[in-house]
Amino acid sequence: MLKKLCKKAFFKSLWIYHTNTGACNGCDIELIDVLTPYYDAERFGMKLVGSPRHADVLVCCGPVTRQVVPALKRLYEAVPDPKLVIAVGSCASGGGIWYDSYNIVGGVDVVLPVDYYIPGCPPRPEAILHGVAMALGLVEKQVEAEGLRQLPDRPETVPMDVPEHRGRK
Amino acid sequence: MLLSKLRQALICLLAGKVTLSYPAKPRPPEEGFRGYPEVDVNKCIGCGACAAVCPARLIKIEDVDQTTRRMTRLLERCVFCGRCAEVCPEDAITMSKQFELTSDQARQDLTHVCEVFMATCKRCGRCYEPATPLDRIMEPGFRHDQIDRGGDRCPYPELRAPDSESPSTDEHDEHDEHLDEPVSAQVAQVVEAK
Ligand code: SF4
Ligand code: SF4
Ligand code: SF4
Repeated sequence: MLKKLCKKAFFKSLWIYHTNTGACNGCDIELIDVLTPYYDAERFGMKLVGSPRHADVLVCCGPVTRQVVPALKRLYEAVPDPKLVIAVGSCASGGGIWYDSYNIVGGVDVVLPVDYYIPGCPPRPEAILHGVAMALGLVEKQVEAEGLRQLPDRPETVPMDVPEHRGRK
Repeated sequence: MLLSKLRQALICLLAGKVTLSYPAKPRPPEEGFRGYPEVDVNKCIGCGACAAVCPARLIKIEDVDQTTRRMTRLLERCVFCGRCAEVCPEDAITMSKQFELTSDQARQDLTHVCEVFMATCKRCGRCYEPATPLDRIMEPGFRHDQIDRGGDRCPYPELRAPDSESPSTDEHDEHDEHLDEPVSAQVAQVVEAK
């Protein structure tokens, strides 16, 4: 229900505000790549804006450092409702390889409610395009939770290895 | 001024259309691209090499019971470095070309859990590891289809099933003496003997 409402609310142009929450710049460069004429996210009506007050989408790159937490919260409040948060990169999705570093609090979802995660280090420009197209409702999700629990093809009953010598002869 | 604008227009016209029509048309990645690491659970032997080298430490290994090793991969954190595929001795991991991993609930969609059946020592009933690196290389695997081959290579030969050893009657009697004691006491004896 809420999802459908969200989709309705975002069927027009998405104006994005790009924020670096501690990224190594890899993801930021790929994001700028997406806005170049070759990939051209602007044909979906996306536009990079200079102030969070003009934005619909907060795009976060990088793991959230301790330093950036208050600023990120203020930034989120400055974006007018309804708003989306997109986490670009493995770092923003879950902390990446820095998840347990002393100055990192984790992925963006520790601080803000994230709507779309785009893992990759950095994600391909096509992957980011796929992400924003999904936010616009143009494409379907490709990963499903069905592979969650995988068991090898083996007989139902495991041959238990009972040591025969345990009992007296 | 006007001339330069005209030149710009000419350049744009000559270039034609450069924009990719990506979400409408698929665009497969280049050769050598590393995407979602796919795991073949039937090949995996549960050695844990992938967990040891993963820079994001996202592969959690736990022994849920005596014969089952569960490996949980939180692939939302994966940086697609391919180190796990490189070290895997059984080539159970392949880096696929799947890059469209966007999801709205990454924790649920990108967590991969697989369970591996581990062979155990016939005597003490634990999963075991070969004693030296050389033995480790020689070991074909702890898979359930190799249980007959692997079961006798416990690093504690003193604790093995007596019938799997060379039949020496003296040893047999000695073993039978200890059979009523708990395994921990037997281990203690072995350690003392060493
Ligand atoms: S996901 Fe990779 S490229 Fe992006 S900020 Fe983290 S380390 Fe850098
Ligand atoms: S590709 Fe790299 S980060 Fe991902 S699971 Fe394998 S070793 Fe870990
Ligand atoms: S066999 Fe391969 S996938 Fe399985 S634990 Fe070892 S390295 Fe990892």
